[in-house]
Amino acid sequence: MEISVTINGATHTHDVEPRTLLVHYIRDVVGLTGTNIGCDTSSCGACTIHVNGESVKSCTMFAVQADGEDLLTIEGLADGDTLHPMQESFRQCHALQCGYCTPGMVMAAVSFLEENPNPSDREVRLGLEGNLCRCTGYHNIVKAVLHCAAGGEQ
Amino acid sequence: MIPAAFDYVRAGSADEAIAALATHGDEAKLLAGGHSLIPLMRFRLARPAVVVDIGRLDDLSYIRDGGDHVAIGALTRHRDVETSELVAARAGLLGEVTSHVGDPQVRHRGTLGGAVAHGDPASDIPSALIALGATLVAAGPQGSREISVDDFFSGFLETALADDEMLTEVRIPAADGARWGFEKFNRRAQDWAIVGVSAVVRAGGDVGVGLVNMHSTPVRAAAVEGALAGGASAAEAAELAAEGCEPTEDLNASVEYRQHLARVLTRRALEAAGL
Repeated sequence: MEISVTINGATHTHDVEPRTLLVHYIRDVVGLTGTNIGCDTSSCGACTIHVNGESVKSCTMFAVQADGEDLLTIEGLADGDTLHPMQESFRQCHALQCGYCTPGMVMAAVSFLEENPNPSDREVRLGLEGNLCRCTGYHNIVKAVLHCAAGGEQ
Repeated sequence: MIPAAFDYVRAGSADEAIAALATHGDEAKLLAGGHSLIPLMRFRLARPAVVVDIGRLDDLSYIRDGGDHVAIGALTRHRDVETSELVAARAGLLGEVTSHVGDPQVRHRGTLGGAVAHGDPASDIPSALIALGATLVAAGPQGSREISVDDFFSGFLETALADDEMLTEVRIPAADGARWGFEKFNRRAQDWAIVGVSAVVRAGGDVGVGLVNMHSTPVRAAAVEGALAGGASAAEAAELAAEGCEPTEDLNASVEYRQHLARVLTRRALEAAGL
């Protein structure tokens, strides 16, 4: 089936099998490999992207469901060489260790702050419960999200 | 993992979806938000030959004040139920329970109707619908019919919906001024409940209690409700929470442990509801 999807502002049109998962489409067909696959069970959130501005696990959508929709992946977050404030906060707060969960974590965090711009520490933890960090680096991730919510720069 | 191949039908209306179901019978599955179905398909625990995508039927995504009830379209996303002021005011238990479903990403895509029609006994939402005494509206080739939540869940992942019917609306009898409690016991964030309990005490004093993961279906704690109606205290009534339930044993809990959890969590939920 032919689908047309906007990803990071560019329109992509491809013929896909209906069973193609969106994350496989993004990685293998479009070639944007910043979105990771972690668990295969909708648990880990490494594949989190935005669909029409909201965080979604792209392993739990078929590509055909994204036909006509507006997607944002980690590659589309920065403005040229200028990191998105959330990416900059992750960098400043050392919110990554191995980095595997980071793209999904950042995308989930950006979506979360849009819904809750002034969260408490507890709310950040609940807001990121769909994302697992196997380095267990959660404290600095939460710190980074709070840092970003507070305006970023120090 | 990659699901088995299927034919994809995108329905432009509820009538189109029902016609597709009528054509393909039990070979077909409806796809709403996909957050129950796609995980099963990825493991090939579900291999529908035909997937009928109803995810674009925006006219079935709504939350309306029906006077004596709140009407919620089957394709309303969890996020919209969770953040609805109308739900908070008139069916608050459902809003709170919905906020415990999965995680934010799941709630952005998953739908109320999809979660209910999936019929998973470990799902949180059916317990709230049982406690609140919801009515479910199903549409089929012969028109619509209403099904009491007490008649809806018929077996493990089975419901009263016929192969050619789709759930279109969930109606919650208005519960203005009610107090409620929801207790979900699990070991990690975002996990399914090992056992869960929804309890609501309506302004007039009527009590409803629904259990999560205590039976092959979502189930009403009828013995608890009966004891409370007969004047028992919350602690006394909660002792009856596992009565009539046949919970399963798994990695997380033995049968006896689930029965214990049901009693403890029911007491806590009733106390949170003001009893």
